[in-house]
Amino acid sequence: MAAGPLGTAALRLASVAAVLGAWEWAGRVPVSTAFPSFTTTMAAAWELAEDGSLGRALLVTLVPLAIGIAISAAFGIAAGIAMGLSRRAEWLGLPLFIVLQAAPLAALIPLLVLVYGAGLTAKVLTVCIMAVPVIVLNSYKAIRHAPASLVEMGHSFLGTRAQLVVKVILPAASPVIFAGLRLGVAAGFIGAVLAELLISPTGIGDLITYNQSIADYPKMFAAIAAVILFSVLVIGALERVEVAWFRPEKRDLA
Amino acid sequence: MSAVPALVPATPPAEAIVSVRGVTKVYPGGVEALSGITLDFPRGQLTTLLGPSGCGKTTLLKIIAGLVPATSGTVEVAGRTVAGPGPERAFVFQDFALLPWASVLRNVAFGLELRGVPRSEREAVAERFVAQVGLKGFEKRYPHELSGGMRQRVGLARALAVDADVLLMDEPFSAVDEQTRRKFQEDLLGLVATHNKTFIFVTHSIEEAVYVSDRVVLLSRRPSRVSAIIEPDIARDIAPERIRRHPVYLDTVEEIWQALRQYLD
Ligand SMILES: Nc1ncnc2c1ncn2[C@@H]1O[C@H](COP(=O)(O)OP(=O)(O)O)[C@@H](O)[C@H]1O
Ligand SMILES: [Mg+2]
Repeated sequence: MAAGPLGTAALRLASVAAVLGAWEWAGRVPVSTAFPSFTTTMAAAWELAEDGSLGRALLVTLVPLAIGIAISAAFGIAAGIAMGLSRRAEWLGLPLFIVLQAAPLAALIPLLVLVYGAGLTAKVLTVCIMAVPVIVLNSYKAIRHAPASLVEMGHSFLGTRAQLVVKVILPAASPVIFAGLRLGVAAGFIGAVLAELLISPTGIGDLITYNQSIADYPKMFAAIAAVILFSVLVIGALERVEVAWFRPEKRDLA
Repeated sequence: MSAVPALVPATPPAEAIVSVRGVTKVYPGGVEALSGITLDFPRGQLTTLLGPSGCGKTTLLKIIAGLVPATSGTVEVAGRTVAGPGPERAFVFQDFALLPWASVLRNVAFGLELRGVPRSEREAVAERFVAQVGLKGFEKRYPHELSGGMRQRVGLARALAVDADVLLMDEPFSAVDEQTRRKFQEDLLGLVATHNKTFIFVTHSIEEAVYVSDRVVLLSRRPSRVSAIIEPDIARDIAPERIRRHPVYLDTVEEIWQALRQYLD
């Protein structure tokens, strides 16, 4: 890396400023009467935050999201690792998850509602079908691409298969597994909001649909911006957890 | 001993700790790397495998290590047929093969960790070998913070820490700069003198082979056979810096060059 940590921070700041500046400009032109500027949106967000409706909405959305992500992470990482370690699991699972990743899964939502009703279960499953494939496939690839030379080294120093998995393959795979988890969480956010827009309006989805129906576009965009910001924060937190728990050598770099 | 004529009359062989018997290796896909290699490695000596790049030196070393199966033939170590890695052999890898997420100390202790040695005990051993390879003070560093030469010393310390009788070294100095390389070669001579271990050392450098070896095994181009065994008759008690000007050193380098040049196009 040529730029130091300070340079990187400056670059990030400049990129954020450029996006927000473009937003502000587009809102002031305006490109559409329904498109508020950044500053109006922030004012609306402040209003929503102050009367507590934004916080309440986020908490409601968080329920199917957190349950869905927890299930997806546990199942997805386990399935991906199994497929990476065992030919049989690979043969069984790989085609399924490749198809699932390519399929427009939102089309399954009406089916979920038909089977499980328009409740929490259908919303949790919506989060899962969005998040699982990318988590599985990244975990699988991570295990498959664990450096052969390190595995050979462990073998030469008399490591058992179980030791090699725990002490060599999993730590080597953890960055890509976590990258998959971050993508899965992002997809899970999409699933959670989709579920609230398509299944039954609650939480952030309700805030968006309601304000759209009364044509309060700044508040509608404030709700959208809030969920995006929240998603970014969660994904950033995940990155910290990874470095802290699994990759001590990167602590000084981050 | 092998039926191959030695260019220098061989001294009566010490007891062989590693015996390679008719080893042939054909890789899946049909590359024949080794063809009927028969070789003895005397206990307590440093034997070098020297040959053109791609001739199968790494393959032979990994077959001895039990990391790669031979297509036919056997390897015996201390009288027992090799079927996989064993505690009496330790490998020093050309690409170092250090765990990037583990500190120097943990990397050096890793062989002991895999053997179930308790943490305090293995770290005490590791500290000793970290110091011995000259890395005292770097115990808590991570591999990416070290130079290539320092990383290779970590790899060497890891192999020494498991106290194997046979050290298998695959071009351990090829990824370090020339000055460091010369220093390492001197250090290696010190190791051979102080440890009662057998070293099997791979290089493609003629000078390095003659400088460090008790015996040099010349391998032909792929499929590789033993083309000659040379024992540089250099007294090991003379100062390291004098070896490179020693007439026997210079003659042996020339002799090996003449033997190997037939394999060049
Ligand atoms: N895993 C492998 N599969 C197929 N061919 C291989 C493999 N490893 C090495 N080879 C081939 O075997 C030959 C000898 O390789 P190697 O033992 O690495 O040679 P050296 O160490 O002398 O350079 C080379 O031609 C190489 O391409
Ligand atoms: Mg090689």
